[in-house]
Amino acid sequence: MRRMRPALIVGALLLSSACSNIQPWVKPYERDRLADPIMSWNRDAISSAYLDHIRETREGSRGATGGAGGGCGCN
Amino acid sequence: MKHAAKFFKGCALAAIVIASTAFAADAGGPAPAFTLTALSGEQAALSQYKGQVVMVNFWATWCGPCQQEMPLLDQMYKKYKPAGFTLIGVNVDKEGPAVKELLARKPVSFPVLLDPANQVSKAYHVDQMPSSVIIDRKGEIRYIHRGYKPGDENDYQDRIRQLIRE
Amino acid sequence: MSMTPAYRHLTRLAALTALLLVRATSADVLPDDRADLFYSKYSGGGLDITSASVLVRKKFTENFAVEANYFVDKVSGASVDVLSNASVIKDERKQKSGTIEYMHDKTTYSLSYINSTERDYISNTTHASLSQAMFGDLTTLTLGWGRTRDAVGENNGTADKPIIAWLGHAESQSYNVGLSQILTKNLIGGVTLEVITDDGYLANPYRSVRYTDESAKGYSLASQVYPDTRTSTAIQTQAKYYLPWRAAVTGSYRYYHDTWNITGDTYELDYTHPLANIWILEGRLRYYKQGHASFYSDLLPFAGSQNFYARDQDLASAENTTIGAKVTYAFLPDGWKMFKRGTATLDISRINFHYLDFTDIKDYGLPKYQPGAEPLYHFHATVLQIYMSMFF
Repeated sequence: MRRMRPALIVGALLLSSACSNIQPWVKPYERDRLADPIMSWNRDAISSAYLDHIRETREGSRGATGGAGGGCGCN
Repeated sequence: MKHAAKFFKGCALAAIVIASTAFAADAGGPAPAFTLTALSGEQAALSQYKGQVVMVNFWATWCGPCQQEMPLLDQMYKKYKPAGFTLIGVNVDKEGPAVKELLARKPVSFPVLLDPANQVSKAYHVDQMPSSVIIDRKGEIRYIHRGYKPGDENDYQDRIRQLIRE
Repeated sequence: MSMTPAYRHLTRLAALTALLLVRATSADVLPDDRADLFYSKYSGGGLDITSASVLVRKKFTENFAVEANYFVDKVSGASVDVLSNASVIKDERKQKSGTIEYMHDKTTYSLSYINSTERDYISNTTHASLSQAMFGDLTTLTLGWGRTRDAVGENNGTADKPIIAWLGHAESQSYNVGLSQILTKNLIGGVTLEVITDDGYLANPYRSVRYTDESAKGYSLASQVYPDTRTSTAIQTQAKYYLPWRAAVTGSYRYYHDTWNITGDTYELDYTHPLANIWILEGRLRYYKQGHASFYSDLLPFAGSQNFYARDQDLASAENTTIGAKVTYAFLPDGWKMFKRGTATLDISRINFHYLDFTDIKDYGLPKYQPGAEPLYHFHATVLQIYMSMFF
């Protein structure tokens, strides 16, 4: 893992320079659908946390739930 | 798990490096001409306002900060209109009904034009919502303001006053 | 042996999950101020759990927000663990959490603290996360770290007259990385990786293993022996698509594996359909399949036949299917005075659990069923949730 770190950073920098040639393909004024509340990963936080609580107390699996990003991208 | 901690610290560093690459803003150059239809159905062109200081504000019904600044833009419009200032609200919604409904509930006095095909947004290289483009009396873009945070209206007013005096 | 709700064992992990879910943000504007009131009822497997919660969130400047949450669970009933006379289970769990969020430019930082307390289990969690929007706000990178410290106890008295013996401590660390990408005007995808390591007293003291012997039942019980470490990896991919009419469909798959050899596959499908600005209807389907822990056994041949042994149903090979429906009604769709919006929601889920190598020894045994040949355990549960959200 430790040996991978420099490679990771170099890779990320290369990716970012490559990415600066690609323009974001969804413009800020085209995000009307993504900004719709039905497109948010989690509208009801207490409910999602509660359902996850029920599952985790009965299942052996845990982790990697939830999501971020999307939305209107304003500001 | 010391290795995992270092791995994630490395990721954080990489993320910050990528994120700090900013897109350069550009002002200067003539403001692209446009003709759009207002909600009322009338056509309006940017050229009508030549000789005045014009602020073109790109907004949408689904954009929170846009809604926040609307009342302040309205106040600013009423205040500086006598001095030769115009504010044009260019709405980028794909459909009209939501715009009509919002303006019926929260009316504004400045002209609102519709750009559902996003041609004007593209021409002005809008890269943030909301965006306010301030154009001087000669028709040149002097300043582009991206986003809105409370307090930005003071910034707008400073620029407008400066351009009015020219 | 005293009984306690089986559910409380993974309190600490539930707390972590709660956090991660609440922290799902987009790094452009901090979410609106809100206040939520929540009530729920779980019935199934002999247990009845009633829960209530309050959540308040407030921005103090455009960049700084605070959130506080209080959650109470009350359990009663008897579960399949009750082997002799059905003792009454009665327990209560209280959870308090506080979060601060700070946004600067395209980065949102958050720090949370959660405390969960029951008579026989105390858990404290600290969690920090960073969310970074980039590439024209199409990409969001999230990094999170959490640490939990628990005190594990056992109630050797009864539900009404508890005698708590503290058995040990457990510590857990979690690391997660998430990447969310807007793919088209209608489609957003995401990938999350989470690694969790546990250390310390990891067993559920209320569950036992059984081994064959010459006694009346054909088997006897013994205390479980768990490893004192556990490391798990979970990877989830998900996508949300805006259909040609105003509706959204979400699909997700999560793969899980840990050093106890438990494997888990979770598939979820969700459909959300709004009606005007007033109603939102949602339907969801979830399928989960689990492979048992390496040291899990429904019936050991004799006492001490393995180094580690457990008969906890949570570690067994099992599958469960959930079907759920949710209706949200905006009673204040356009706001009123200082309220931007007000909604009320009703959510009903039905979960069917099937165990593939855990038998129901409470209801079945000799002379009809030889030890090990009892019918496999299965049960269904109904979950009802009612809540109200006010946005400011």
